[in-house]
Amino acid sequence: MAERKVVLNNPESAASTREQALIEQVQRGQNDLFYELVRPYERRVYAAALAILRNESDAEDVAQEAMLKALANIRQFRAEARFSTWLIQITVNEALMRRRRERTAMMQAIDDRRDDEGEYTPRDFADWREIPSEALERKEVRQKLAEALASLDQKYREVFVMRDMEQLNIQETAEALGISVASVKTRLLRARLMLRDLLAGGWEQGWFSRLPFEKGTKPW
Amino acid sequence: MVNLRAVNCEQVWREISNYLEGDMDAGLRAAIDEHFRTCQRCASVLAGTRNVIRLYSDERMLEAPAGFGPRLEKRLAQGARAQRKWSTWAAWLVPVAALALIAVVLQWGRLEEGAHRLLSPHAQPGDNIPADLQVVVSEDSKVFHVAGCGLIQGKTNLRSMTAKQARDAGYVPCVKCMRKYLQRASLEPDANVDLDLAEEEPSSRR
Repeated sequence: MAERKVVLNNPESAASTREQALIEQVQRGQNDLFYELVRPYERRVYAAALAILRNESDAEDVAQEAMLKALANIRQFRAEARFSTWLIQITVNEALMRRRRERTAMMQAIDDRRDDEGEYTPRDFADWREIPSEALERKEVRQKLAEALASLDQKYREVFVMRDMEQLNIQETAEALGISVASVKTRLLRARLMLRDLLAGGWEQGWFSRLPFEKGTKPW
Repeated sequence: MVNLRAVNCEQVWREISNYLEGDMDAGLRAAIDEHFRTCQRCASVLAGTRNVIRLYSDERMLEAPAGFGPRLEKRLAQGARAQRKWSTWAAWLVPVAALALIAVVLQWGRLEEGAHRLLSPHAQPGDNIPADLQVVVSEDSKVFHVAGCGLIQGKTNLRSMTAKQARDAGYVPCVKCMRKYLQRASLEPDANVDLDLAEEEPSSRR
């Protein structure tokens, strides 16, 4: 009996193959295909720029500049890295350069004085129930989460966005932001704990009031 | 039996991020797991932190302003066109620039060569002199001559060599006996010079 070859229909693998094909086409000079290549990552690129610049207009401009730079340097991209990581790193570089240009040395120094020393103690210890991901369908919830994130100090927000939203690993985050792995870990811990407390406070204000929690419990 | 080390709440909070990253040794992880089983406060911190990561890592949290995509597409299209124009120019410019550079370098090399080899500023290089023409040089002169040239009479330490060897050694052609090979002769033919000799082919002189 003839052996039958089983072909698994893996959408992720198909997308990756498609992406690789697009990269090669653009590298051969088909620049018109570049937008198709980066479209799946455009929001991530914008979010990375916004995390560093905190200004929507600047973030959009830097996101566009970063994409143009990626297009100009597409032949230097090697398949050892993920394409999305490469794009994010270019964006972070562009955003950091923009910020350096626009900030005075004094402001930079003041920000750098706020170090990572001292421990962060969680404030809220309520019973926890998982927030269903459907909550994110509500614009109000997304807005509150974005506001909580925006309220973090720059250094905590950057690390949190790169690691937990952009999905860079610890090492990649350190390289992209030009800080040590130890600093990434310290800042990430603080960012996560601070957001947890901020969102617990949000529960008190009824952000998640329409979600199906049991009576007497909080999300955390 | 595993000997668990005890950890307190502060240690757990300090390590909670590494715990979620899976970035700790097995012993510490087991100790923290044990702590979570007995400490509701720390279990709450763990669950809340995990919730934060899960919510923020959702694609829906990555929002861009309205119209961001179309504006980006337009800008990239402009960039792609500009790059294509530049590529077309570059495709021509690069080889043309390379050729121009080579020409400049060659010319410069020739000038340098001439400047170094011609010992007299009034000398002419004599590019048309046959390389294997037998000539005569004198140790105390900068000029090479055809044997019999009137201007070599009375010179001492004469040596015979080819015109190429003489030029390589820095000698310049005599403007009289080499007149026919030079672009311009500074002197009129001299009756004392045996021009016939100068015009002889090298083979006939050997």
